[in-house]
Amino acid sequence: MIDLFRSSAKHSTSSKNVAKERLKLVLVHDRVNVSSTFLEMIKGDLIKVISDYMEIDEDNLEVKMTKTKRDEDDTLVPALVANIPIKRMKGAIR
Amino acid sequence: MGEVIVITSGKGGVGKTTATANIGTALAFNGKKVVLVDADIGLRNLDVVMGLENRIVYDVVDVVEGVCRLRQALIKDKRYPDLFLLPAAQTKDKNAVSPAQMQELCERLKQEFDFVLIDCPAGIEQGFKNAIAGADKAIVVTTPEISAVRDADRIIGLLEASDLGSPKLVVNRVRIDMVKKGDMMNTEDMIDILAIDLLGVVPDDESIVISTNRGEPAVGDNRSLAGKAFNNIALRILGHEVPFLELEVDEGFLTKLLKLISKR
Repeated sequence: MIDLFRSSAKHSTSSKNVAKERLKLVLVHDRVNVSSTFLEMIKGDLIKVISDYMEIDEDNLEVKMTKTKRDEDDTLVPALVANIPIKRMKGAIR
Repeated sequence: MGEVIVITSGKGGVGKTTATANIGTALAFNGKKVVLVDADIGLRNLDVVMGLENRIVYDVVDVVEGVCRLRQALIKDKRYPDLFLLPAAQTKDKNAVSPAQMQELCERLKQEFDFVLIDCPAGIEQGFKNAIAGADKAIVVTTPEISAVRDADRIIGLLEASDLGSPKLVVNRVRIDMVKKGDMMNTEDMIDILAIDLLGVVPDDESIVISTNRGEPAVGDNRSLAGKAFNNIALRILGHEVPFLELEVDEGFLTKLLKLISKR
């Protein structure tokens, strides 16, 4: 019975998951006063640099501001997270 | 030397005043000398929640303006051994007390009390800034709603900017039936999003409405589940390791939390 509840709760269409996803998105913007053009600039430069070494999936590249706990003392610090899917490494560095 | 804890939330109506009244009463019940300070000047409510509204003579503005002595404005709650209320002024506005005056007031109260709990007004303006000015620690209250969690996140950011880092989270008004159905964010979801430590989870409970109607904090009622949850919060503030109530969190999270505690 409990498993049944759990699995239904995990289902992505449950309203709490909708709330969670919407909340996550809105907080990304709330947390930093960084404009989307600023993030686009970082994104462009990242693509430029990394493309020299590997072929990346530019469409699914994600750059966002978030916060994280610092390892040594657990205080919250802002973090720039870049999720860069790699298609393949380029020949020269292999 | 006591400790000044501000209870805040950003959003209104999530239960700051109820939390202040109940946590404070529970701390007093556990033998501590406690004063509750209502910092919501112009919209005072801690007095009615505590059932002490008929005993107010002076208020916090009278104290900072020197109209009366601190002692004269403190209302002793006769039901508990060492519990006092410093009421807010109802006819003044949020600018009647400055952050510096608040700091000085907290310093004086700390000399006499083990715990000074400050009930913060909603919002992020001057009233909030005043309320947190003298605080050593902060408790952020939220409910499992998208608007309340969003505001809590904003408040956490502002607290950190004011050197009140590592606030603790109280999740109020959780409906376990809705959580089980996947129609309400659970505690784990909120901790995940807000990235702060959990202090307690309070179930949505009719007994809170009834106790507020009567002006008697729910921690005095043994049958109240919410009262029990608030009492557990007080015990955790006192450094006891109290497991979260069965309904509060699922097993996976509890194990995680225990790990977190044992790391310290």
